[in-house]
Amino acid sequence: MTALTATGLQVRLGGKQVLAGIDAAFAAGQVTAIVGPNGAGKSTLLACLAALRRPDQGQVLLGDQPIAGLAPRARARRLAFIPQTPEIAWAIEARILVGLGRTPFIGARGLSMEDARAIDRAMAQAQVGELADRDVSTLSGGERARVLIARALAGDPDWLLADEPLAGLDPGHQLDAADLFRRLAHDQGKGVILTLHDLSIAARMADRVLVLAAGRRLADGPPARALTPETLAAAYGVTARYADGVGGPLIEIVGRA
Amino acid sequence: MTRLRPPAAIAILLALIAALALVSLAAGKVWAPFSAWTDHADPRWPIIFDLRLPRTVLGVLVGAALGLSGAAMQGYTRNPLADPGALGVSSLAALGAVLTLYLGAGAQAPWVIAAAAMAGALAAVLLLMALAGNASSIVTFLLAGVVLQTMAGAGVALALSLAPNPWAVNEIVNWLMGSLADRSVDEVKLAAPLVIGGCALMLLTGRALDALTLGEAGARSLGVDMTRTRWFLAIGVALAAGASVAVTGVIGFVGLIVPHLLRPIVGARPGALLIPSALGGAVLVLAADIAVRLTPAAGEVKLGVAMAALGGPFFFGLLMCMRRRIA
Repeated sequence: MTALTATGLQVRLGGKQVLAGIDAAFAAGQVTAIVGPNGAGKSTLLACLAALRRPDQGQVLLGDQPIAGLAPRARARRLAFIPQTPEIAWAIEARILVGLGRTPFIGARGLSMEDARAIDRAMAQAQVGELADRDVSTLSGGERARVLIARALAGDPDWLLADEPLAGLDPGHQLDAADLFRRLAHDQGKGVILTLHDLSIAARMADRVLVLAAGRRLADGPPARALTPETLAAAYGVTARYADGVGGPLIEIVGRA
Repeated sequence: MTRLRPPAAIAILLALIAALALVSLAAGKVWAPFSAWTDHADPRWPIIFDLRLPRTVLGVLVGAALGLSGAAMQGYTRNPLADPGALGVSSLAALGAVLTLYLGAGAQAPWVIAAAAMAGALAAVLLLMALAGNASSIVTFLLAGVVLQTMAGAGVALALSLAPNPWAVNEIVNWLMGSLADRSVDEVKLAAPLVIGGCALMLLTGRALDALTLGEAGARSLGVDMTRTRWFLAIGVALAAGASVAVTGVIGFVGLIVPHLLRPIVGARPGALLIPSALGGAVLVLAADIAVRLTPAAGEVKLGVAMAALGGPFFFGLLMCMRRRIA
């Protein structure tokens, strides 16, 4: 599987340098978490990687092709993106929502048998098969999150990018979703890139953590190497401790630096 | 509620249109039984085929144009209150047409009225898209609609107050109220290609509207070309709604009511709602036009007035139901 590579990404928004030259290569088969304080440029970086925003300078390569040069449908078949706090505008059934993930495959004739199989498979993977006929407006936050992940999986993409996919979920559902992302990366070899707010969850679920602050890359590597007290002090202005908890690593925020 | 599969819903709506079209040909001040339909010598023959046939065909065309425009605009804005009437598209189209009436240009060539109405509708759609931007807040859209309606209303009032003579005023007022009465084959010939073209453009956006259920970022990430979608919709609505306003005046609320009534029956997926909404719009306008014809009154109640009397409370009720979501 090909790599997703960002080189020299720069984005200015309203006179503010949101990304100030980001270089990063993402490997398939692992979960990469992008963390950083509010306004660090996490969502902007993810939008650039998903080709939803064209950087002012630099480019994103999917394999050896610039992602901006791919036809939108061809790109959408290989890379799925889940926006932050995704809206679901209409009260449609969960299965129809998941079916929207087949949009880049559908021809003039509508959903084919192959599309239907892909939808079933995606719903099974995200464990939302029993929600198929439920109206999405009646789902709980955790169920919605899983249905949206199933939507992203319906196109069987090589890359799965999600902006704050665990925000607003209770701890149990956070664990479920985190497990799902890890399985997709480790068992199916997909490249998974997430922005996350919770540092402990990032340390626990990610194979690699990229720390952003003020549009720059502060640290990049396995959680234990990326989330050091020095990095966290520089990024967030807090004193923090990387500890070994019972179920995995734990980032304890001690106080303001 | 058990849902109908779209083909079943479409078949039922088509049957309703056929039945209402037959009633529309037969009903009115003069009742025309089927025996009169085949006899050229019957005095009722010209009533059926010269007066009521164009009226019926226009009812179907205008209803389909307004119903489909409403469904497409609701899908694009993800706002169940969007409608060419409520968002000021019809008002600006009417302003365009009124200006040509005021200047007297419409008298020489009917296509001038149509072109002006479509230009007004296109301006309204583009202004709406610019005013509301990418944010799909319902409040922003409704406020943008209020602004457009107010501006169009002021323009019409200005044209009325500066009108050169009482006949011009009369003509403008009469036309503004929206009606299918006394339309001829000429109006059908003018409106049909424009309405059909506009509807075709809107129908092409079905998949994009489906994907927009996930928001603009979600749709773009699925490979949807938003620029193409926007232009198809803007031009489609301008052609269909603009041409409708040009031949019948303002008939409001069709695009608001129809998708809302159909959503529980065929489901809320915007793309699946397009064709049923076009057919449902035709049903509603045909039924309303038959009703105004049969209403006992000195003159005929204008269709636009009747639809407003029906649609106003409906819109209000919808707003009451949505209060929490809007606030």
